[in-house]
Amino acid sequence: MISAVSFKQVSRHFGSVRAVDAVDLDIVPGEFFAMLGPSGSGKTTCLRLIAGFEQPTAGSISIFGERAEGVPPYRRNVNTVFQDYALFPHLNVLDNVAYGLMVKGVGKTERQKAAEEALSLVRLPGYGARRPGQLSGGQRQRVALARALVNQPKVLLLDEPLGALDLKLRENMQEELKSLQKALGITFVFVTHDQGEAMSMADRVAVFNDGRIMQVGTPEEIYQRPKTRFVADFVGSSNVLPPDFVQRYSGQHRWGSLRPESIRVTRAAKGDGVAARLVGTNYLGATTRLALDADGLRLHAVVPAGVALPVEGETVMLTFNRESLHLMDEPA
Amino acid sequence: MTTAALNSTSAPAVLPRTGGMRGALSDILWRRPQLLLLLMLLPPVLWLGIVYIGSLFALLLQSFFSIDEFSGLINREFTLKTYGDLLQAANLDIILRTVTMAALVTLASAIIAFPIAYYAARYARGRWKALFYLGVMLPLWSSYLVKIYAWKLILAKEGILTWLLGKLNLLWLLDGWLSLPIVGGNSLSVSFTGTFIVFVYVWLPFMILPVQAALERVPGNLVEASSDLGASPGQTFRNVLFPLALPGIVAGSIFTFSLTLGDYIIPQIIGTSRLFIGQAVYSQQGTAGNIPLAAAFTVVPIVIMGFYLWGAKRMGAFDAL
Repeated sequence: MISAVSFKQVSRHFGSVRAVDAVDLDIVPGEFFAMLGPSGSGKTTCLRLIAGFEQPTAGSISIFGERAEGVPPYRRNVNTVFQDYALFPHLNVLDNVAYGLMVKGVGKTERQKAAEEALSLVRLPGYGARRPGQLSGGQRQRVALARALVNQPKVLLLDEPLGALDLKLRENMQEELKSLQKALGITFVFVTHDQGEAMSMADRVAVFNDGRIMQVGTPEEIYQRPKTRFVADFVGSSNVLPPDFVQRYSGQHRWGSLRPESIRVTRAAKGDGVAARLVGTNYLGATTRLALDADGLRLHAVVPAGVALPVEGETVMLTFNRESLHLMDEPA
Repeated sequence: MTTAALNSTSAPAVLPRTGGMRGALSDILWRRPQLLLLLMLLPPVLWLGIVYIGSLFALLLQSFFSIDEFSGLINREFTLKTYGDLLQAANLDIILRTVTMAALVTLASAIIAFPIAYYAARYARGRWKALFYLGVMLPLWSSYLVKIYAWKLILAKEGILTWLLGKLNLLWLLDGWLSLPIVGGNSLSVSFTGTFIVFVYVWLPFMILPVQAALERVPGNLVEASSDLGASPGQTFRNVLFPLALPGIVAGSIFTFSLTLGDYIIPQIIGTSRLFIGQAVYSQQGTAGNIPLAAAFTVVPIVIMGFYLWGAKRMGAFDAL
């Protein structure tokens, strides 16, 4: 099957900075693909390479089987929802949405009808006459989405589109984007630094660090079986365990990861398990996150609300199932 | 230790009092910001309101007086006779000539300024940006008269331009141009073409800077968004860059247009003997001693600029401000 987007050993260097470094990537048509990573990890540059705003220094990029190097953005059937929306301030909402059709030479009545439909799709019918400046952040976000979707792109690129929205709005938009993607069947490529967002929305996630892809997989794979320390730490703040520690429990001298929710905390000074001292608590509502010090090793555990908490400075025993200790590929 | 330091008795008071006149004065101004605003605005408002607008008004008044053609004395009675004189064919010629020149100079300035401003706003960084500002501002630091006389030498029949075109075997081009009616003449320095070139040169910075400021305010991702949506570079220019740069172009054109309308030195040094409005004002109030007609002439650029600004506003040139 042809990939929607395929990177083969793609690099993009800016002077001595390797923003993207020999990346291989295949995005399946119709999937919701997230590129996750901290800022400066190369995820946005990858998105810009797909959009055509950047050209690869080395390697090849194809979009639905067609080679994309040297093809300008305006000759790619790919559209972008920009981080700060990039709506044209001098045009009203309807003209913003109809812009792509206008430059392609679609007649006025036809393109306005299509724009009106796209606005209904993002639940903003009748907003056409307003100026972008008169809209709220969430509404601008929807207009930017409609402006991209009206062109019926083969691939829709979203560059941290929810970053500027407040929490409640962001959660609503996450659901909406996901159902929209299911309904339209368009390949979505989504860039984010928020691991929760990537996990909840994407079919597959690529975790970026230092211009490279650390791991690609379903959210579950990434969360349960991180391949490297970076992935374990970045996705869900797992406890990264050093090889010597892991050897005691698994017999193998390898890096391991242990989810905070897999650790059981008991208020006993003695017994089986790892003795640790409580150094801090972080109240999160449904759960409380405990920061623990096990003989110099910093660990985190999550306990559900309602459980009696140890006090700071108290020594507790930590236990966990052998199966929940995940061994990572990264060499010790 | 830190807590001890924080609790020490030498900690400053919560609401320390400042003594003296200065402290009291700044407190009063802080509590009454309108007073500060008034103090700051009073001198410029007096200057603009009385000295500048006042003298303009006095001038306007003069244009409704008339001159006694026999005695040369000003008859201080309200009349529209001077405006009647203004509409004589010879004077209308002067107005038409000046307005045409101002329009052409503005158009040429906008066309030349745009790429320069675009480069400075979007590409020039650090040292190149400093060089750009230096290049644009430096000519403004040298005397206007020196520049004009320099151009007279450049454009003269024995000047460097003729010499250069001769070396390039392109003299026929210059001769062909100079043989044209109206724009031509004996040499560039005594033709309207020469006047035009020098006007464009002298006023160009006043167009470049506002256009550059306008382009600088256009976020780069709007250009990317336009391209992303399928617009070719030409379409992006027409649909995004130009409309967003328009307030800058209009601001620049107000300078180039009004400065050309009022200038009386450039056409006197470079060009034909035919008058522009500025020269007409100069000679009417000087040698001819016809202050009312001079005043009426000065009203012309004011009225034209009024219509120009009104039209620009109607076109939405200031919407993006």
